[in-house]
Amino acid sequence: MSARSLFDKVWTAHEVVGETADTPAVLYIDLHLIHEVTSPQAFTVLKALGLTVRRPERTLGTMDHSTPTSSEQVFGNVPIKVDAAAKQVRQLEQNAAEFGVELFAMRDARRGIVHVISPELGSTQPGMTVVCGDSHTSTHGAFGALAFGIGSTEVGHVFATQCLLQRKPKIFAVNVDGRLRLGVTAKDLILAIIGKVGVSGGTGHVFEYRGSTIDRLSMDERMTVCNMSIEAGARAGMIAPDETTFAYLKNKPRAPKGADWDAAVARWRGLVTDPGTRFDASVDIDASQLEPMITYGTNPGMVVPITGAIPEISGDAINDKALRYMGFHGGDAMLGKPIDVVFIGSCTNGRLEDLQAAANILKGRKVAPGVRLMIVPGSQQIKRDAEAAGLAEIFKAAGAEWRESGCSMCLGMNGDTVAAGQYAISTSNRNFEGRQGVGARTLLVSPYTAAASAVRGRITDPRELL
Amino acid sequence: MEPLERVRSKTVVIPSSNIDTDQIIPARFLTTTTKEGLGKQLFADWRYGADGAPNPAFVLNKPESIGCQVLVAGHNFGCGSSREHAPWALLDYGFRAVISTQIADIFRSNSLKNGLLPITVDDSTARWLEDHPGAEVDIDLSVARLTLPTGVAVTFPIEAFARHCLLNGLDELGYLRSRLGDIERYEAARIKDA
Repeated sequence: MSARSLFDKVWTAHEVVGETADTPAVLYIDLHLIHEVTSPQAFTVLKALGLTVRRPERTLGTMDHSTPTSSEQVFGNVPIKVDAAAKQVRQLEQNAAEFGVELFAMRDARRGIVHVISPELGSTQPGMTVVCGDSHTSTHGAFGALAFGIGSTEVGHVFATQCLLQRKPKIFAVNVDGRLRLGVTAKDLILAIIGKVGVSGGTGHVFEYRGSTIDRLSMDERMTVCNMSIEAGARAGMIAPDETTFAYLKNKPRAPKGADWDAAVARWRGLVTDPGTRFDASVDIDASQLEPMITYGTNPGMVVPITGAIPEISGDAINDKALRYMGFHGGDAMLGKPIDVVFIGSCTNGRLEDLQAAANILKGRKVAPGVRLMIVPGSQQIKRDAEAAGLAEIFKAAGAEWRESGCSMCLGMNGDTVAAGQYAISTSNRNFEGRQGVGARTLLVSPYTAAASAVRGRITDPRELL
Repeated sequence: MEPLERVRSKTVVIPSSNIDTDQIIPARFLTTTTKEGLGKQLFADWRYGADGAPNPAFVLNKPESIGCQVLVAGHNFGCGSSREHAPWALLDYGFRAVISTQIADIFRSNSLKNGLLPITVDDSTARWLEDHPGAEVDIDLSVARLTLPTGVAVTFPIEAFARHCLLNGLDELGYLRSRLGDIERYEAARIKDA
């Protein structure tokens, strides 16, 4: 038998019907994650057609995108500020009850960002197919799952059949070797990868992150890397499961137990790309040369080392437009630019290791006057863990806002927004125009760089404070 | 879904590359629980000023854009979020086709499921279209061909199954449900293997 990729092994194991020239493959979905924003229209279709959710036990719901992060609105008697968001939340509660889908509702201790809660429960496992009506579903590829975002129509398809119609994508090897230097994180690595591949370079492909650097990353770090695969246009990003993966999953509430665990690990060990497998495309990254990275424009591919300057490109109307939006000029140094808001959180960097990194910098320091630092844990579990570890005390003593979990300021749907013209240093995943609020200017960075910049009130190289 | 075979229309051109779905419809409008009526929020932050008044410089606010069904846009159109609200907003506004040199995967998939035709063309065709806003183009899906007013015709790639569904106004769910027997057999075999 010829050499096969990790992707190919997972894909083939889920082909209910193989693709032909005339028809796409029918692909079985092991885990369907849903949230309040992209599911209501799909439930409406089910109701109109008189259909049920075929496999409710393979469906898990949470609320994260439009939910408030203030404790008073989540746990107190203060109503959700945004009326339409309150309606979405109620509708998901009604739909989940009507169709028998498990839902972590507003006050549930297990609630959080959809891409954070599933791994922490052990629901995301190697070799699975995982989908969600959210493009950052690529996060779950960190476990060697094939995980990708879908639209609401496809959410309805999975509800009704537990399957999707899919054409097989191509595979793209992202080879990363060398040791990351102090202060350089998984976030900096993925930003550098996107800078090199470009924001559309991965279109039509599934990334497989490989190499000694990837092998040494923790699961939290691998999730950060896979999370942003979509920002390079890739449909999914995968990392072969290994001892790090198994150690993370062991004893998680929904991971297999006892003999089932042993059998699962034995099966998962086969989920590696065979030697001699040919990829359709590849890129090589020397991790030992990377610095902390920061974006300067309006897509994640417009990125430079933090000690660098904005490229001077003449005669490019699109580059000019992005710099005009950002209020920057070609040739400007990034270090020292003033900032207004700092956001630490999101499905990219809202996990415990991210909060620990921020706390390492913030411990015994204060947020600069006039700067707002908002720290939003990825889940209620992470919130409790951070409080137990003393991180929340460090944040509060530094003058940061310590919030309930959710997507929050990553996309500003819930009212957590950045004002027009303000500069936001953010650990999230998109610096698109208006992403964090109308006219908001976003600079994507690691949790270290975000925390260091909060302390100085300016774009700061975190290595100065580590 | 309405069948889609032929689109003959003038074009609207937005030449920017990497137009993401946050531009097509900003996240604050995603608190809706239906698909309808999103056309007025299409490109909201480019189309309207802070006071809500139309920005006269933006192409959709120009009189010649009224009634145009074909959007020509720069490379990598529809990147970013998986929100299906993006094709819903384009369709509700009146667009039936989007032409670019590259269209992001999830947006492309969402568009095909709603009757919005994603068309990728080569650089020189794209450049001609960008240089001739308002050109009357003829799209014939039955032969996957885009004809420019110059008479130049190019074919565009489209998955056979998606084309079949679009031409006949079929929902893919009907086909998927016709395979439920296969799905049940697959599930039974997997449980036996485990």
